Amino acid sequence: MSMVFPYSAAMERTEAELIAAVLKGDAGSFEPLVERYSPRVFATARRYARRESEVEDIVQEVWLKAFQKLGSFRGEAPFEHWLMRMAVRTCFDFLRSHQRNREHAFSELSDSESDWLERFVTQPETASEKADAARQLVQRVLEELSPSARLIITLLEIEDRSVKEIAELTGWKVPLVKVKAFRARAEMRKVLTRLAKDKYL
Amino acid sequence: MNVVDLQKKLIAAAKAAPPGVGVPYAFEHRIMAHLRSAPAIDNWGTWAVGLWRASVPCVALMVGLSIWSAVTPDNAPTASATSTNGDISQQIERTVLAAAEQDQAADSTW
Repeated sequence: MSMVFPYSAAMERTEAELIAAVLKGDAGSFEPLVERYSPRVFATARRYARRESEVEDIVQEVWLKAFQKLGSFRGEAPFEHWLMRMAVRTCFDFLRSHQRNREHAFSELSDSESDWLERFVTQPETASEKADAARQLVQRVLEELSPSARLIITLLEIEDRSVKEIAELTGWKVPLVKVKAFRARAEMRKVLTRLAKDKYL
Repeated sequence: MNVVDLQKKLIAAAKAAPPGVGVPYAFEHRIMAHLRSAPAIDNWGTWAVGLWRASVPCVALMVGLSIWSAVTPDNAPTASATSTNGDISQQIERTVLAAAEQDQAADSTW
């Protein structure tokens, strides 16, 4: 008689076996894990890096770290959570190391971005959030934020994660996440005010 | 321009365009090749390198102290210094041996 495992249990068992094999020295067992979770890690990295070469560098670093630190994975939480913590922290390190002079003038907006803003000012309902120009503009605004503000805005506002989840992902305490969220929203409003000033004054 | 509305609109725009989940062709093979080519961590080697590096400041400190003690003109103790040092050493000795002396005194009373 064959036993039927629930889907998630079967997945966990397989994952646990793979991890155990890697820890015993069979590095090849790591490949199915890379194959399974790379799409999620890529999606996370693409939130913070624009160029595809940078995205690949981030993902590669995440996997190298995961392999080196696999011994610290205790199996209490799913492997995916452990990996995503590593991915978010690597992305944050990337933002910090690539933080250039962020004070760019918004006068260099593309025509489509300017048009979208014009529409937003004159007839807000016609400025669709699905427009490419809106996506480019939000990317531009996010790039103006400090690394921690960008991380918080992305996790809290764009990905709709709870404060507790963010605390687990980043390793920050819950009150610190709340403080950083308050500051990040204020920082974003400041950037948008500068955008309005550069555009219309 | 209403900044709060613009913020909401832009956040909605970012939500409406989730990032792609595409993975470059044979990416996992690339990662595995990278992992296999990476040298294994040698704990003893790391420890030896650490010790070797620590030896440099230790030798420097030893040389410095040697020079300092050689250059210091005269270390012969003066009469007052001897009495002070003697006092301190006696005080330390008394403090350290106080418990033993107390025990001896207690035994002798029995």
